[in-house]
Amino acid sequence: MKVSGPAIKFGKNIDTDVILPGKYLVLVDPYDLAKHALEGLDPDFPDKAKKGVIIVGGKNFGCGSSREQAPLALKYSGVKCVVAETFARIFFRNAINIGLPVIECKGISAAVDEGDELSVDFEAGTVQNLSKGKSFQVAKLPPFILEILSDGGLIENLRRRMKK
Amino acid sequence: MNITEKILAKASGKTTVQPGEIVDANVDTIMIHDLTGPLAVEAFKKIGTEKVWNNKKVVVILDHQVPAESIKAAELHKTMRQFAKDQQLRIYDVGRGGVCHQVMPEKGHVVPGTVIVGADSHTCTYGAFGAFATGIGSTEAAAVMATGKIWLKVPVAIRINVDGKFGKYITPKDLVLNIIGKLGVDGAIYKSAEFTGRTIREMSIAGRMTICNMAVEMGAKNGIVEPDETTRKFLQDRVKTLPDFAALGSDKDSTYEQTVAFNVAELEPQVACPSSVDNVKPISEIGDVPVDQAFIGSCTNGRMEDLRLAAQIMKGKKVKDGVRALVIPASMEVYKRALTEGLTETFTEAGAMVCGPACGPCLGGHIGLLAAEETCVSTSNRNFIGRMGSKEANVYLASPATVAASAVTGKITDPRTLEAKQ
Ligand code: SF4
Repeated sequence: MKVSGPAIKFGKNIDTDVILPGKYLVLVDPYDLAKHALEGLDPDFPDKAKKGVIIVGGKNFGCGSSREQAPLALKYSGVKCVVAETFARIFFRNAINIGLPVIECKGISAAVDEGDELSVDFEAGTVQNLSKGKSFQVAKLPPFILEILSDGGLIENLRRRMKK
Repeated sequence: MNITEKILAKASGKTTVQPGEIVDANVDTIMIHDLTGPLAVEAFKKIGTEKVWNNKKVVVILDHQVPAESIKAAELHKTMRQFAKDQQLRIYDVGRGGVCHQVMPEKGHVVPGTVIVGADSHTCTYGAFGAFATGIGSTEAAAVMATGKIWLKVPVAIRINVDGKFGKYITPKDLVLNIIGKLGVDGAIYKSAEFTGRTIREMSIAGRMTICNMAVEMGAKNGIVEPDETTRKFLQDRVKTLPDFAALGSDKDSTYEQTVAFNVAELEPQVACPSSVDNVKPISEIGDVPVDQAFIGSCTNGRMEDLRLAAQIMKGKKVKDGVRALVIPASMEVYKRALTEGLTETFTEAGAMVCGPACGPCLGGHIGLLAAEETCVSTSNRNFIGRMGSKEANVYLASPATVAASAVTGKITDPRTLEAKQ
């Protein structure tokens, strides 16, 4: 599984309340959630993300609440993948479970400028900055997690497994 | 093994486990609420299984947007009620329960040594009773409801050893803010935070809950306290059979990545300033901070001892003109006791508004949201941008004593100085 796209950069400790404020949690359509993705930090984010982007985050990306609406809002706004120094654990699991690829990459923040073209190969465990010609080898995700991602999320994965 | 490892080993049918190992654990109890539940229900239906794996082990609590404040919320509540009915699940509806993390242990759903997951990040609160408890998302909650299992990476543990006696008006909230201020919001990321030491042993259940509640604010997977007589006293009339506590405790030779020591003897009231929970300062350093709203409540500090402390400070005084004070007991049990003990009268006489058990302004969904440029001093657990309403509002986190004192003076106030002035 591979994804590529231009980078949008954020700092450290990006919390789920700025990714998707609590007042929107009553929205059920993921495309409605997406309209408010990251609006606390950048009101134009949903517009920028439309074309298909990769978020580059600092430490502890997605800290705070367990709201799955946060990764959902990102996914449906057009985010193809989040690469961060570290993730808050619930966000990390949620992202995988809803089929939004996430990968940890130490040193990524310093190696990427906004708009750089990135490419991530999950099987190989590589993150490349094509604009700068830099490449990172990262810890690979365990096979069962890759399987969930390639199925498009945990529900699809479970459906497939339970049918067997 | 330490207590967390022991619980995870047992839950996955192993004799030992190592940090970093991924286990497939049996879940003892799962909780979903009105904001994360509807998504979980939707996902559950998509999986295609008819029934939850065990209807005695799934608890539904309506607490975030109760009573429904909009048609949208009402629809979500309706979905949850219907699901609970169809699946014959225990549901705590409006006026019957309260904030999920208070209701779960009160109603006997938290048992030491068990694995509890909840579709809410503060599920880690139940570590106060020696359970392994952690937050998950809605999709994962659906998967657990279908299978009764969850994969978990056995966390590396850090031990937080606390000594010393609390001074007057200094509380476990001040301690946990102090800890988070020192370790940072990612100080325990992916890890287990085990709280030990004399201060923890002498601490009430309410205090331990406050501390474990905020473990997630430093990124921890779980916070945990070994169960003891205090735990037994709280649970004995609520839980049918309690396990052997001695076998559950951390072995003497358990390994910890790190042991950090804290002492509360000289601790002054602590305040987490906007907009990060680790932006913590002792109250003497925060200067003049006028407040528009003071909130006492939430799963962090909405229990009897929190309300008693706040009432003790507010008794016979008035909430400062221009300030609104909200008191929200964390559960119906707390609400009723606050009534019989006369605390509700103390608060209302002071000019505070006492609301029915709910999350309230804590997450900015319902009751007491903030306008731009307003400031709230709150006993809750998060002060992120936009958490309580406007993204231009400011939230300061503090203890119930500090919030009560601040409500009276109209600015963030050391509760000890208020008393000195009398
Ligand atoms: S009181 Fe606040 S932190 Fe606790 S469950 Fe409710 S919204 Fe979450």
